[in-house]
Order: sequence, then structure tokens, then C-alpha cells
Amino acid sequence: MNSSVIVFPGSNCDRDIATALTKLQFKNKMVWHKDNELPKSDLIVIPGGFSYGDYLRSGAIAAKSNILNEVIKAANSGCLILGICNGFQILIETGLLKGALLRNKDLKFISKDVYLKVTNNNNKFCKNYKKNNIIRLNIAHNEGNYFTQKDHLKELEDKELIPFKYCNKNGLINDSTNPNGSINNIAGILNNGKNILGMMPHPERMIDNLISNTDGIGLFTSILN
Amino acid sequence: MKFAVIITLKKDVLDPQGKVIEQTLQNMGINSLKNLRQGKYIEIELNESDEKKAKSAIENMCKKLLVNLIIEQYKIIKI
Repeated sequence: MNSSVIVFPGSNCDRDIATALTKLQFKNKMVWHKDNELPKSDLIVIPGGFSYGDYLRSGAIAAKSNILNEVIKAANSGCLILGICNGFQILIETGLLKGALLRNKDLKFISKDVYLKVTNNNNKFCKNYKKNNIIRLNIAHNEGNYFTQKDHLKELEDKELIPFKYCNKNGLINDSTNPNGSINNIAGILNNGKNILGMMPHPERMIDNLISNTDGIGLFTSILN
Repeated sequence: MKFAVIITLKKDVLDPQGKVIEQTLQNMGINSLKNLRQGKYIEIELNESDEKKAKSAIENMCKKLLVNLIIEQYKIIKI
């Protein structure tokens, strides 16, 4: 399977995701934001980091870059798109995913491992997880507080477009297990076509027991199958 | 022609940064403070002498890049 990782000035998880993809047998290419063409890709990843120093709003400037026009075209023709952390913020700013990512409720940058419940696995990114699996991934962000209008929130819940919610190790989902204030403890969302996933946690950091755990692997093997 | 764009969070969107500023001012003893919201201020100079055209160009900038209309609102002021 061919993957492309888009690189902006300020991206800092691009090498991590490239390592994860290569380890899991993707044929990966790095794509610079000024490029006007995408290599043939089954999966496009927009990595985490601080593209353009988070100027204006996180992801706002990157969303207007040359290569994003091509990513939007690919997304609209069904290519799988994965936006992690700043990548999620960029996808929101392009309008490919709806809603907004506000500052964390307690105004602090949060960098820690959190528990997530796989609330929906009926999509190409999560089918190798079991529904209600509890996994542990790392988060590292300042603006991860997901917000959306009531009718869109209902649509997300009804159409199974929320694959991950913040919880504790027993799977409890409530305010006390919500690290950043996200509405309904949302950690990631899909578009209606379920080919675009935006998530704040970093699955690429959880692919090796030597440095963390292997809870992130399921996401990549789901895409491969 | 020069314009100022003032961008603030919409009324229903929580403004934690504004809340902290508000609480700090209250802690400093400013008791008359009722409410405080913070935002962004952008100055833009245009090569355009027609005010109507200039304003519509600024509107366009706001909608396309400067403002996230889901959570923010804006005001354009000629300066």
C-alpha cells in the first residue's frame, strides 16, 4: 500500500509516522507542502507538529498550502486521509472535517498517555480493533478541545463517526476522564464518507514495546487489510 | 486605505484566556469589572480607493482565512 506524509515547516511528527508506516510495510513517500503533485497514494497522512508556528490559528496557514488543494481533491475522490494532532487541526481548517478545536479547557499544554475507548470500529481505520477496546495512546497538544454544533454532534453519534473517546483504564467516559474538555469526550472523528479520520492522540508513537506500547498498530494494520 | 479587523470568539464559545484575564483583574481589586472577552486585532492596508470595494476585499479575507466562522465573529473598521 502506498502512503504519503505531508511535511510543513514546523511539522515534528513526520519522521515518527514515516517510521511507523515503513515498519508496518507501507511504501511511504514524504511530500513537501510546496509541491503541486501527490505521488500515487492509498493513504495520505497529515502529521502532528506546529505547522507555521500555529500562527493565526493552529492549522489555518497549512490548510491554504499548495499541496492541500491536491489532498482535498484526493479526499473527495475517496482516498484515505489520516490527520493526527496538528494534522487534525489542519483537516478542520480545510473544512474536510467539521467542527473546531479550541484551547484545552484548563489552558495547559497536555503531554501524557491517555486511555481511549474504540467507540466505533465499523470503518477502515479501526476494523482491527474490537468495539469497546480500551487502548492507551499519547496526547501532546494545546488546542485539542473539540467543539461542534448540536446537530452535527448528533450526526456524529448517530452515524458512528466517532471512533475514539477519552476514558479511564476501565472504560469510564465522563468529565473526570476528559483531559481537554472535548464535547462528549471526543478524541477523533470521521467524515460522512468515513475515508477521513482526524484524531488528537498519536497512534504512531505506540508501535513498539521498547519505547511505549503497541496499541497504535491496530490502526495501521486496519488500513492495510 | 487602511482597515482594522477585530476578531473575537462567539458569545457561546468558552473563552478560557479571557476568563483568566478577567479573574486576574478582579483579583487586582477592580470590582466594577462585569465581563471580559479577548480576541485578535489585525491592521490591513489596501491599494484600493473605492471604500466599498476595499471593504468587500477585507470581508473576503476574513471569510477565507482570517476568521474561523464556526467559533469566531469579526468587525471591520476603517481607520
